Amino acid sequence: METVTITMKNPPGLFLEADNVSPDTFAGKKAADIAALHAFEGREQTSLGKYFEVSGNGGATAADTRIVVKGDVSRVKYIGMKMTAGEVVIENSPDMYTGAWMQGGKLLVKGSTNAFTGIGMKGGELVIEGDTGNYLGAAYRGDWRGMQGGIIRVRGNAGSDTGYFMNGGTIIVEGNTDVHVGTHMEGGTIIIKGNVPSKVGGQMVEGTIYVFGTIDVMMPGFKFVKDEEMEVDGYKGLFSLFHGDLGERHPKRKGQVVYGKLYQKI
Amino acid sequence: MTEYLIKNGFVFDPVQGIKGDKADVAVKDGRIVTGVSSGAKVIDAAGKTVMAGAVEIHAHIAGPKVNEGRNYRPEDKLFTYTPKSRQSRMAGGFSIPTTFKTGYEYARMGYTTAMEAAMPPLYARHVHEEMRDTPIIDEGAYPVFGNNWFVMEYLKNGEIENAAAYIAWLLRASKGYAIKVVNPGGTEAWSWGLNCLTVNDPVPYFDITPAEIMTGLMQANEFLGLPHSMHVHQNSLGNPGNYTVTLDSLKLAEKIKPNNKFGRDTVLHSTHLQFHSYGGDNWGNFESKSKEVMDYVNRQKNITIDTGCVTLDETTTMTADGPFEHHLTELNHLKWANIDVELETGSGVVPYVYSPDIKVCEIQWAIGLEIALLTKDHMRTFITTDHPNAGPFIRYPRIIKWLMSAEARKERIDSFKHSAKMIDATLIAGMDREISLYELAQMTRAGPAKALGLANLYGGLAPGMDGDVVVYNFNPEKDHKPDEIEKAFSAAAFVLKRGTPVVVDGEIVSNGNKRTLWVDAKTDENPQVMRDIRDKFLRYYSINMNNYEVAGHFLTNPMAIEVDATR
Repeated sequence: METVTITMKNPPGLFLEADNVSPDTFAGKKAADIAALHAFEGREQTSLGKYFEVSGNGGATAADTRIVVKGDVSRVKYIGMKMTAGEVVIENSPDMYTGAWMQGGKLLVKGSTNAFTGIGMKGGELVIEGDTGNYLGAAYRGDWRGMQGGIIRVRGNAGSDTGYFMNGGTIIVEGNTDVHVGTHMEGGTIIIKGNVPSKVGGQMVEGTIYVFGTIDVMMPGFKFVKDEEMEVDGYKGLFSLFHGDLGERHPKRKGQVVYGKLYQKI
Repeated sequence: MTEYLIKNGFVFDPVQGIKGDKADVAVKDGRIVTGVSSGAKVIDAAGKTVMAGAVEIHAHIAGPKVNEGRNYRPEDKLFTYTPKSRQSRMAGGFSIPTTFKTGYEYARMGYTTAMEAAMPPLYARHVHEEMRDTPIIDEGAYPVFGNNWFVMEYLKNGEIENAAAYIAWLLRASKGYAIKVVNPGGTEAWSWGLNCLTVNDPVPYFDITPAEIMTGLMQANEFLGLPHSMHVHQNSLGNPGNYTVTLDSLKLAEKIKPNNKFGRDTVLHSTHLQFHSYGGDNWGNFESKSKEVMDYVNRQKNITIDTGCVTLDETTTMTADGPFEHHLTELNHLKWANIDVELETGSGVVPYVYSPDIKVCEIQWAIGLEIALLTKDHMRTFITTDHPNAGPFIRYPRIIKWLMSAEARKERIDSFKHSAKMIDATLIAGMDREISLYELAQMTRAGPAKALGLANLYGGLAPGMDGDVVVYNFNPEKDHKPDEIEKAFSAAAFVLKRGTPVVVDGEIVSNGNKRTLWVDAKTDENPQVMRDIRDKFLRYYSINMNNYEVAGHFLTNPMAIEVDATR
């Protein structure tokens, strides 16, 4: 695997839209070609080389390409967007849309990310060692197709609207989240190891949410079913199962009505 | 003004009966002329196809429901924006493009005129504001009458003359072009939570039937002698087994005779017939009834139709048929917008994905094409997608490919997920008919222009007509692979709009000088109708009558088509 290291030398004045920072676009390119790839700063089209020092060449394919992003990228958006394979490591904290619409490969953020991390994600593995913002693994504005596959793990806390319109895949938040978890969810799994204030599973049709900590206010559309012994992300113990959102339509499968499942650790 | 000579192209012009002969087309001062001076700018069209600018008879491209689609579907714009260039503005959107993109994309395909198919009169100002911002193409809009309280009251009492006087007033107030009818009576019934699913279901409170509304509106249309016929979206759209309702509606035209000075010999335009040609009684045994419907259309010479072809895309459905949109959101569970337009109409908006992996969508795709392929009179059958309902208008080149190439259809059928089941439920697999370029020119140019009563301006290349000329990179003497057909019709080599080049090599070179078409019908003074109008504004409308009319700066280059209906 070839490694390309891009180091921020000249931070943008405005926010930089760097969706070209992806193993798919870097593959098969030499350092100079990578520096010439376009980016947008505000409404001006510029090139990556204006901001980053690029060293190393891309591999033959995306799968053979590893990108290491160094320096202050707090004003850089869309890193790893739509990547299908390969690896990206971001040593600091990027802005919004990190790993958006990601389809495969691995993306590791050693710092924290801002909003819309991994939105519309279809596959791959996204790990955030710090915190993340709102709309983690959610759908794009207006869209009903949220996260559909892959796995997101956040070691710190997440903001609000985690897994909004989620259809598949897994989100694990090891810390706490803000309000609205799995709103409009129709599939997939969300695991919150910390606490959630309220609005968990609102308008949820299908899918599974686990909360290890407290839920200050339970949605009125959830009904206690039973206590169950479960193994969840390496933890084994007793959980209370709730069905919901009872105010929403629910499909029938094999004669059984399918509900959204909310498990809370006892 | 500059003169142009489009030389040596293969010309297809149904107006003059030219079927691909090599000929020159001369344009001077914005009009087609017999000859130009030696100083004329020469466009070499050798080895290319030359046609008049195409005319769109039915699309939802301006107004409040289109804009509601834009508002509530930001995802439709995702990754579609193109930055501004020297001659064009920033443009974006797929099924509900920005107004600018609408103008540019029509022009690139060689369309120079388009009609907005459903204008709620109360929001006519909004419709005209959007048309003003749609560059290049001439536009008009059809106000909806099929659920209008005035119309239902007059027709209930058999007062055709009063209905006609009201229609003339509303066309003038809304700067509308024709009488549009959407789910007659059904949208009004929807405000009671009901619908009219046959032509004989009475409308609550008004106690009138869809058949009476359609018949009365056709009579009023011919009483006035409007340029276009009544334009109807029939009851029970999109339901399995609805083809009998369609035939019942079409038969209403048998009793009506055309009366106008525009050369229109039809009295009813039945729109997006694909959605109305369904057999079966549920989605399991859903099947095509295109043959039954088209056999009737081919026989009955005083009706025109458009296809409403499904393009197999993700799109945004929008119609004044409010109850249908509710039905649709219950089927696909996607977001739903609904509005009641006081006294006049209503509407709904729901996104929809026509998937090639869903049997029903595959059958719908087949029905739309079957209608075009079964037609015997290409001057009465027009190609549409009911944009954006069955698919976005930018897919016209793809529909042309499917109609002109049996091989293209076979490729599509073979890659369907349920092709065997789809073949059982349709006729498409057994059809080897391929539309000719001349027939294409009839279905997209001369035919719709004639149905709109605009045959003197649009749809042909005869001297005196508007200088709307299109050159396609398509050599009719050569064989073409299916995708080459689509490519050629996607981006015209050259488009002249009223004598101004607007597209060169598929790129926009000018924002043109668009016109707004509307119909000014003069009727005898009718104090009763004027009193009724004032009375309804005082009692029911939420706005003052003075704030209703569309005038002045709302209209870009207005062109009034004058009709004298005084007796």
